[in-house]
Amino acid sequence: MKLTWIKRRWPRFDSLVLNSSSEGLHMNYKDYYKVLGVARTAGADEIKKAFRKGARKYHPDINTSVDAEAKFKDVNEAYEVLKDPEKRAAYDQLGAEPPRGERYQAPPGWDADYAFSESGTAGGDQDFSDFFETLFRQQARPSTGMPRDNHAKVQIDIEDAYRGANRTLTLRTPTVGPDGRVTMENQKISVTIPKGVAEGQHLRVSGKGEATGDLFLEIAFAPHPIYRPDGRDLYADLPITPWEAALGGHAVMPTPAGRVDIRIPKNARSGQKLRLKGKGLPGAPAGDIYATLKIVNPPVSTPRERALFENLAKEISFDPRAHFKGS
Amino acid sequence: MKKTTPRSDIIDALSLHDLCRFCGTEETWVVELVEFGVIEPKGSVIEKWRFYGPNIARAKKASRLRRDLGINTAGVALVLSLLEERDEIRRRLARYEFD
Repeated sequence: MKLTWIKRRWPRFDSLVLNSSSEGLHMNYKDYYKVLGVARTAGADEIKKAFRKGARKYHPDINTSVDAEAKFKDVNEAYEVLKDPEKRAAYDQLGAEPPRGERYQAPPGWDADYAFSESGTAGGDQDFSDFFETLFRQQARPSTGMPRDNHAKVQIDIEDAYRGANRTLTLRTPTVGPDGRVTMENQKISVTIPKGVAEGQHLRVSGKGEATGDLFLEIAFAPHPIYRPDGRDLYADLPITPWEAALGGHAVMPTPAGRVDIRIPKNARSGQKLRLKGKGLPGAPAGDIYATLKIVNPPVSTPRERALFENLAKEISFDPRAHFKGS
Repeated sequence: MKKTTPRSDIIDALSLHDLCRFCGTEETWVVELVEFGVIEPKGSVIEKWRFYGPNIARAKKASRLRRDLGINTAGVALVLSLLEERDEIRRRLARYEFD
């Protein structure tokens, strides 16, 4: 494929390779062959197969690892280019290695088609990398004036769901300027996270999509140092001492709604579940908190501590392995 | 940078039409999801169907799996039930893993 033809087809290709303006933004070169794990000589069938395999492996609904979503997007983007003979040829023109190391200089005025960002915790539905956008997007997707819903994911803290919160999201949307040019504009919107929202639920922000469309936000909880959510219920480990387990007692659970006293029963077992009714996520009905007891032995280091345990060993006849003897 | 405070509400009930819009799918596909028991509407006739709570998230997930991986309805139904089983097992496992 002739370079002149490529330049005509994708005008930004030229500026990508040649522009070295310091106003330009940096972006990373993407090795689409590496992303799909195929050779540069791979045929269309092989590329399709590799794409399907990668999409299955990294689909964010299936793969819960933190980088799955990014990898899934890479796989999709790579396939978008390599499945199309014209785009693939243009991409191949860049060479196996980018001319100036791993970074390209993008022309001023390029921008991603559509994306959300909020400390990297929210992602749009189909946003490709800056590298892709610069290469292949001739202009930002023009607004049709038709209402269009937008979808994004937001990660919030469990505490926010208990109390409700205001979060500011940065929304990048295409806007038509007075000269008819489409530019990307950052729009900050403050979103109210309603009290009692659970993981997996969706929020509708009316009128914040394209035109008069709505913005839909899928709620995910950030990992919490103590609690694991399950619907409206929260699960936590409650470490206790052997004597607390034997004698019973009280412990304080730091719940997202505040400190709550919890009673440890006498002769508590390790793994026993205690319930704090109604202390889970607020709602009708509110969820519960389940604390699983974990008996933790103290490290014995002083002679005095050692003597105490020796005393226990002498005084208490208890064989936790009694059931081994029959077999 | 204009700051606005738009109204936001939790989506807890959707009609068939609104669920289709939300998932970006056509009605026949949602009807199929119902026929496969993936989601369960309240309401006796299709015109009165309302989808509540987890059914909405499940339909959304199903629509993504179909769109991104080309899985048919029977496949989506199987994948979703296996995923739910896996997530439940992971939650239980987390209760026993002590680090």
